[in-house]
Amino acid sequence: MDSKEIILNVEKLNTTFISDKKKIRIVKDVSFQLKRGKTLAVVGESGCGKSVTMNSIMRFTGKNAIVEAKNIQYNALKDGKVEEHHLESIKEPNGPEMRALRGPDLSMVFQDPMSSLNPVYKVGDQVAEGLLQHNKGMTKQQAREKVLEMFRKLGIPDPEERIDCYPHQFSGGMKQRVVIAIAMICNPELIICDEPTTALDVTIQAQIMELLKDLQVNDGKSIILITHNMGLVAEMADEVCVMYMGRVVEFGTLEDVFDRTSHPYTKALLRSVPVLGLADGQKLETIPGATPNPADLKEGCEFADRCPECTEKCRKGVIPCYEVNPGHHVRCTKYSSFPEVE
Amino acid sequence: MMDNKEVIFKIENLQTWFPITKGMFKKVVGHVKAVDDVSLEVYKGETLGIVGESGCGKSTFGKTAMMLEKPTGGRVLFNFNGEFKDVTKFNKDEMFSFRRKVQMVFQDPYSALNPQKKIYSSFEEPLKVHGIDSMEEREEVMRKVLKMVNIQPDYLMRYPHEFSGGQRQRLCIARALEVMPEVLICDEPVSALDVSIQAQVLNLMKEIQKEMNLTYLFIAHDLSVVQYMSDRIMVMYLGRIVEVADSRALYDEPLHPYTKALLSAIPVADIHHKKNRQVLEGEVPSPIHKPDGCPFHNRCPQCMEICKTQAPRMVHHGAEGHMVACHLYDKEAPKA
Repeated sequence: MDSKEIILNVEKLNTTFISDKKKIRIVKDVSFQLKRGKTLAVVGESGCGKSVTMNSIMRFTGKNAIVEAKNIQYNALKDGKVEEHHLESIKEPNGPEMRALRGPDLSMVFQDPMSSLNPVYKVGDQVAEGLLQHNKGMTKQQAREKVLEMFRKLGIPDPEERIDCYPHQFSGGMKQRVVIAIAMICNPELIICDEPTTALDVTIQAQIMELLKDLQVNDGKSIILITHNMGLVAEMADEVCVMYMGRVVEFGTLEDVFDRTSHPYTKALLRSVPVLGLADGQKLETIPGATPNPADLKEGCEFADRCPECTEKCRKGVIPCYEVNPGHHVRCTKYSSFPEVE
Repeated sequence: MMDNKEVIFKIENLQTWFPITKGMFKKVVGHVKAVDDVSLEVYKGETLGIVGESGCGKSTFGKTAMMLEKPTGGRVLFNFNGEFKDVTKFNKDEMFSFRRKVQMVFQDPYSALNPQKKIYSSFEEPLKVHGIDSMEEREEVMRKVLKMVNIQPDYLMRYPHEFSGGQRQRLCIARALEVMPEVLICDEPVSALDVSIQAQVLNLMKEIQKEMNLTYLFIAHDLSVVQYMSDRIMVMYLGRIVEVADSRALYDEPLHPYTKALLSAIPVADIHHKKNRQVLEGEVPSPIHKPDGCPFHNRCPQCMEICKTQAPRMVHHGAEGHMVACHLYDKEAPKA
């Protein structure tokens, strides 16, 4: 596929953390592509490496992390021409090159709106900061106008008054809107949302999700949505990437993953969520055991110990990915008759 | 629902208000009406689910039912072998006997176990307090409850940090079961857990309920979890009950506009599921300055004139036991 259609191409991303002089690989050979104007959902339980993957792409990882990748390519579309950026080769994670990309091209919405705003600055100033940083010559008044416009778009009531308020004067849902405003103000092409609604109530979650959907439909943005809620995935995503213990175990379109679920882990994940309107006496299926410690993993498939369909083959080496359908990749030995991908 | 309904808890006009004080002399300038005029009966052996958004008073309700929070008004009657006694007027000794019957499981298993104590001492304490003096007896009880939650008895000598989140929540449940309570109040028992672990704990709780004929008050914000667990569900909004119904009836035929909106806001993990989402405007008002009339009227899509001035009563509508507080269903109320 040509680079006009693909906005982000990640190949063999590895992130290793150094803890107590031990090296722990948290993200292992993660590869995926995101098409322009689409939503990719990254799902998995806590500790599966979904946030670390995104932080590695944005180069937000701390000093004790080593990020290696064959390719992290971001294709910006400027006036019909494609500009390629190779994020893995940018030397300084907080240098001018990376900073120029964050904001106008790539941006991120973090999980906890309570802690991602600075309590001692007015919200308007926090939103305007990115604008002033990236547009030299813009006056504060112009920036204020832009922020007001953004607040109106995001449905924050009385923006003229609220722009001069401090974060503690906002409720959780409104704070998350401000955080989204910060991420959106420079009109980025790709927005990474890291569990944007986990801290919020369902009715507020529905509001925020409608908002993100509108932004995507009207402005053609690409979104990566990190979540553990399969319901949100079903409503928002075009493509789904399921992760377990640092590896992508299943990748495909929404229909592939929900209708032709292939990996035993994805199957178990979908069945263990309580669904409204479950028949009386119907029991939830459970995944036995708990997620293993990433510091002492055994050879073979990471899910083998909890998998109901585990065989001898699962205990050896690294399990490759198989393409069960065009674009539908599954990392499981059950599908070894299909062509291998990498 | 149970056929022979024996009431175990009778809650009448319960109010829990927290005072807001100001100035040097702590003058009371207002109240947070966390629980405001809640009346309800809980039947023996059932699971009553309590749902609502954050700040709706569901946790305070649970705590007040257990007398961890002193109510400002109303009565909590508990069935002591057929005799109803008002728990709010209990002295210290009587409270002791009440606490043996009603136990609580808290939300966060990471902070509910003392990190400096071995599981053994955390588990021994409630037994000592409730007068089981012989060590052998205590150990026998501990082993028994650990077996119920599928944790090996030799883990007693470990510290809490050696357990995973799911194991810790199971330990908390086991500790609550030690004194053989009749009622277990569970305040968001699975919301801190991952989905795969959540299912394990929920199924375990169901099994234990059958085994011990327990009554659960199951508090959670996740309606799908509550629906899975409960026989009846009570929906709360701003400290008041808006709807009580059989779990199935609430899902099939929600009556109150708030319940409808809450149900439609839940994302469904099924891509063929089509629904008309009803997105509620605005947010929950502050429990300090509650709106006049129906607390939900300023967000309600079906708000009428009367809703702005007059608070709705609880009325029966539809199936047996289905109660709703909404003017739409109150035939006797004057319509504007």
